[in-house]
Amino acid sequence: MSNHDPNMAHTDAAHSHDDPSVYLKTLILLLILTVITVGASYIDFGSGNTAIALFIATIKATLVALFFMHLAHDKPINAVIAISGFIFLGIFLMFDLIDFNARQPYIPFNYAPAAQAPMPGASPAGTEADEEKAKEKEREKAAAAKQEEKKAEEKK
Amino acid sequence: MEQQFDTSKIGMWLFLATEILLFGGLFVGFGMMQARYQREFVEAHHHLKRLLGATNTVVLLFSSWTMVMAVHSAKNNNRKKLQIFLLITILCACAFLVVKYFEYTADFSEGLFPAKWYHHFGDNIPGSRGYATFFSFYFMMTGLHGIHIVVGIALLSWLWVKAGKGEYSSSYYTPVDLVGLYWHIVDMIWIYLFPLYYLIT
Repeated sequence: MSNHDPNMAHTDAAHSHDDPSVYLKTLILLLILTVITVGASYIDFGSGNTAIALFIATIKATLVALFFMHLAHDKPINAVIAISGFIFLGIFLMFDLIDFNARQPYIPFNYAPAAQAPMPGASPAGTEADEEKAKEKEREKAAAAKQEEKKAEEKK
Repeated sequence: MEQQFDTSKIGMWLFLATEILLFGGLFVGFGMMQARYQREFVEAHHHLKRLLGATNTVVLLFSSWTMVMAVHSAKNNNRKKLQIFLLITILCACAFLVVKYFEYTADFSEGLFPAKWYHHFGDNIPGSRGYATFFSFYFMMTGLHGIHIVVGIALLSWLWVKAGKGEYSSSYYTPVDLVGLYWHIVDMIWIYLFPLYYLIT
């Protein structure tokens, strides 16, 4: 594991970035960051916890990409491809957020007081509110179909 | 040869970009549902075993290091070390799956299932679909990641056999390098999965 291993003679200049001591340092840094992020999760920063966790995760991912995946010293085209993946992910996220913000405020179907709480063990899917909604939609569909039939008859 | 190596590497990176998008889509979906069922999601996080998750993080990070050392050994004509590092990487991957097995078993015994099979007792917001949604995402994403680990074990074993026959040297080690890249992206996905599922409470 030492970087003075006689068996691992560097044969040409292109390999000068291939340094085991850098890999070991990266691993140690990654492990330290893991300890920090686990430790931080036990402290309550409110909504800051998510931000801290994501920030540390991004540092760790960057370390892996730069040193373990050799992006730091590799041909730039590989980094361009990797980063473009994240850019397109960002575009996707952006449109999703626009959609999310434009929606009507979401009223939880379990907004009513807990009086109607199902028996423990009951399946959480398919609540009464949902069933009502589905019934309403069916009624609307039926009404629309009737109107169309009438129109067709009038044309005749 | 140099050009062939570069080209196959670009191809691998293109594949990795699609992997980023595959998991990225799931992460965005998870974020949207987290915003929608905020209270349920925060509560559901508590059911996950934080220490098991942390153990798996350390195991994967360590296996990432052994992988990069395997590539380094192949580059430097050290066949023995290449095989040893590949073997340690395979063992780490297996250890990851074993921990995951115990975790899933513990989850199932508590009734933490995805979607309509979810039947955990005593949730604070009874009848909410939020919990089931959380565990649908949890099993979908960790399961997909687990499949990637299994594929990784298969690829690494293949490398190990070929390395035993002495097929890799400083003049040809492309498969080792590309599987290394794949293994690192699997590690990178877990780097995001771990805090988002286990640490947000």
